[in-house]
Amino acid sequence: MIAPAQGPQLRHVGLNLLDSDEMEPGEAATGLYGFWLFLMSDAILFALLFAIYGTQVAATAGAPGPQETLKLGPTFIETLILLTSSLTFGLAAIALKYDKGRRGLVLWLCVTLALGIAFLGFELSDLRTMISDGATPNRSGFLSAFFALVPTHGLHVAAGCLWIGVMLTQIAVFGTDARVKLNLLKLGLFWHLLDIVWIAIFSVVYLQGASA
Amino acid sequence: MNEDGHWLTLLGRLDLHAFPLVRAWEDPTVSELIGAFAGALVVVGAVGLVALLTWKRWWRPLFRDWLTSLDHKKIGIMYVVLAGVMLSRALVEAVLMRAQQSLAVDAPGIVAPEHFAQLFSTHGTIMIFFMAMPFLTGLINYVVPLQIGARDVAFPLLNSISLMLTAGGAGLVMLSLAVGEFSTGGWSGYPPYTGKAFQPGVGPDYWIWAVTLASLGTTLSGINIAATIYKKRCPGLHLTRMPLFCWTSLCTAILMIFATPPLTVATALLALDRYLDFHFFTNDLGGNMMNYVNLFWLFGHPEVYILILPAFGVFSEVISAFSSKELYGYKSLAAATMAIGVLSFTVWLHHFFTMGQSASVNAAFGIATMTISIPTGVKIYNWIWTMFRGEVRFTAPMLFALAFIVTFVLGGLTGIMLAIPPIDYVVHNTVFLVAHFHNMLIPGLLYGMIAGYMYWFPKAFGFRLSEVWGKVAFACWVSGFYLAFMPLYVLGLGGMARRSQALFEPDYRPWLIVAACGAVLLLSGLVSLFVQLFVSVRDRDANRVPVGDPWDARGLEWSVAAPPPEYNFATIPRVDRLDPFYWRKERGEAYRTPSRYEDIVMPKESWVGPLVGLAAAACAFGLVWHIGWLSLVGFLGIWIPVVARSFVRDIHRTIPAAEVEAAERLWLERAHRVRPVPRERETEPANLGLARPFPSEVTA
Repeated sequence: MIAPAQGPQLRHVGLNLLDSDEMEPGEAATGLYGFWLFLMSDAILFALLFAIYGTQVAATAGAPGPQETLKLGPTFIETLILLTSSLTFGLAAIALKYDKGRRGLVLWLCVTLALGIAFLGFELSDLRTMISDGATPNRSGFLSAFFALVPTHGLHVAAGCLWIGVMLTQIAVFGTDARVKLNLLKLGLFWHLLDIVWIAIFSVVYLQGASA
Repeated sequence: MNEDGHWLTLLGRLDLHAFPLVRAWEDPTVSELIGAFAGALVVVGAVGLVALLTWKRWWRPLFRDWLTSLDHKKIGIMYVVLAGVMLSRALVEAVLMRAQQSLAVDAPGIVAPEHFAQLFSTHGTIMIFFMAMPFLTGLINYVVPLQIGARDVAFPLLNSISLMLTAGGAGLVMLSLAVGEFSTGGWSGYPPYTGKAFQPGVGPDYWIWAVTLASLGTTLSGINIAATIYKKRCPGLHLTRMPLFCWTSLCTAILMIFATPPLTVATALLALDRYLDFHFFTNDLGGNMMNYVNLFWLFGHPEVYILILPAFGVFSEVISAFSSKELYGYKSLAAATMAIGVLSFTVWLHHFFTMGQSASVNAAFGIATMTISIPTGVKIYNWIWTMFRGEVRFTAPMLFALAFIVTFVLGGLTGIMLAIPPIDYVVHNTVFLVAHFHNMLIPGLLYGMIAGYMYWFPKAFGFRLSEVWGKVAFACWVSGFYLAFMPLYVLGLGGMARRSQALFEPDYRPWLIVAACGAVLLLSGLVSLFVQLFVSVRDRDANRVPVGDPWDARGLEWSVAAPPPEYNFATIPRVDRLDPFYWRKERGEAYRTPSRYEDIVMPKESWVGPLVGLAAAACAFGLVWHIGWLSLVGFLGIWIPVVARSFVRDIHRTIPAAEVEAAERLWLERAHRVRPVPRERETEPANLGLARPFPSEVTA
């Protein structure tokens, strides 16, 4: 619990949730803290998938390797889309904090959702191209590791998109009450983590694969 | 692809031969009959349970008061009940294995090789994931919020979901007895043997999904416990004023958060290998099973400390309470705990010294392994010095603590031996190793859990457990351990391979017979625990401790009634030092009426936990048997309640101040009326939950 002398402004969690009557004191801070812990365990999951990828990248077993399968062009577009979606989520968070109405918030969330779906569309088309070119995960250790790492990130983005949809519905039903705000903060953390992971994927998988 | 065709059919690859009764009918060997009997036992047990619940009309209370409850105390108790059920099964399996080995010297014995392999696989899997983990999570759940002056954990609903995921995994293992078979790949499930090429059946799939559910539940528990300890401590309870059990729980929670994801990744990748023909751990096409071994032990070694640290916490509490002394070197104990937590991530490679690293890599990990014995040694001395010149009472939990100290040191010594790679090369994969890790985990986990169960039982249920049966159980568990596992050290040095279904060395026989007797004694220990519970429930009126402090103990959990009210504390306590309740009693400030009461907001019951657990188990069952529709329904069933729940706003219930005051007043009046007993007589019926130092205060 908080020593009262510290004052609420030292322990803010991005939004002024502490003064809200809708939550128990400290509930928002605890909730966000717990979500950070979850993100840490999720980050470990990705770290391990990267480690597996690193050990398997040379295990091409006669199947197409990184150079033949990985294309920089579309993934560069995907990178731009996902980075932009992080920016638009940031704008949504600013709208949540400063705007009285919900229009800005909803607008930016919709833009973020559209960018997320666009990212998934590009990625799915990439994967389909790979599979139709015969680069399927059952052919080599390298392709297995690739198809574990990159689609896991994609699944996370898909989950994030569904979550944005749920939050848009909640905004329509409840407005921006304390729980909606808190969940939007968590969703933001989640979304930005996926960005960071994607930067690692783009660097380790695609840039390395193309330059090898 | 004939196999893939299963996914769209109603029952997947489930057919009549999945049922052990059918298999035993067609091939009535002793081994098949034992399997059929076990399967029948599960079915009869389930039917009996349903009948009992219906007959007693317990369905409604079961769901209303327990399964949907978000009260950390009830969730803790359910975890321990789950652990007790699973312990019973896995211990019976252990006795069966000891019986088999003692009979199977130059003879076939009673259990076929495949069946024997399933026995040691389920025994290990259950003992780690469905006995030890639920037991310690249950104790932490029950005790930590009370010790830190909180009304609940940080995330009560998540707590319920964790429990139900674990229970779903346990249910899956139980179901494997009645439908199908279990993995023969041991508790660690090493591929490529557990891959599709060598075990195309459902066994490894049961293992994968049961362990996956348990590991997800554990990760969520870890997040919850860590957030609870960091964020929910009452005013004044700095980290360095927490009871040591909180420290070990915190360290365990951190390990759960960081060490369980590798297990989840390992089982998920193995599932990809088996289901979608990936090549992570296969022998061909670039698979590399060493990745699995590294992932598994990256989890597996911290897991050892996840298991042992809570027991260390229990012993710290028990020894301090039953010596009536402050813990000796509290800060060094806390520091040693955290040091163990860090070091636990630096030693995983010692589980596979023989699998191809260079000698210098092995040496580094061997030295790191031995380093862990330093903080552990610090702890042993701390406990001994805590007892020194204390007012030591040899109650059952204290006896377990003493047996732990001696036995655990012994196991630690053999651990140092195994940490030396050349020795490991000689004895690896023998029963020497089996003896070693049982020598660590039986005292270092099970004794701790039993001690904690007996120590906090009066707090949880309001009456003490039978001391006599506690001591009988102690005698069985300790003598049984030595008889069962000391022979394995000898046999291991004599070259007996672990996991052997049959043996061909007549000299092993006497040792194996002794070990089998030990296993029977261990089973008697378990039976004694159940008898103790039965006797104590029967005689509960003579052993009530309503005031709530039967051992004159030290932490905040003893400062409330037994059993505690749903909200734990009528007013949130303020703390100014270590062992706050003890010093409050010393200063004559305990059992004071608070100046005012407030409404208390508590979480409402929720169906989300049980629904998620059931759906997850159904999804897993569908995946095991390749039943597409069931997997899909189960998967949706996990997420729909979670999403729906986020739309529910009415999730709290207010307990009015007047109600709190009435309950508190009743309890305080009783506390003032009851005559304290001197703590030497704390195990007698005169103890109504108020024990005092002898003699000054009482005789005066």
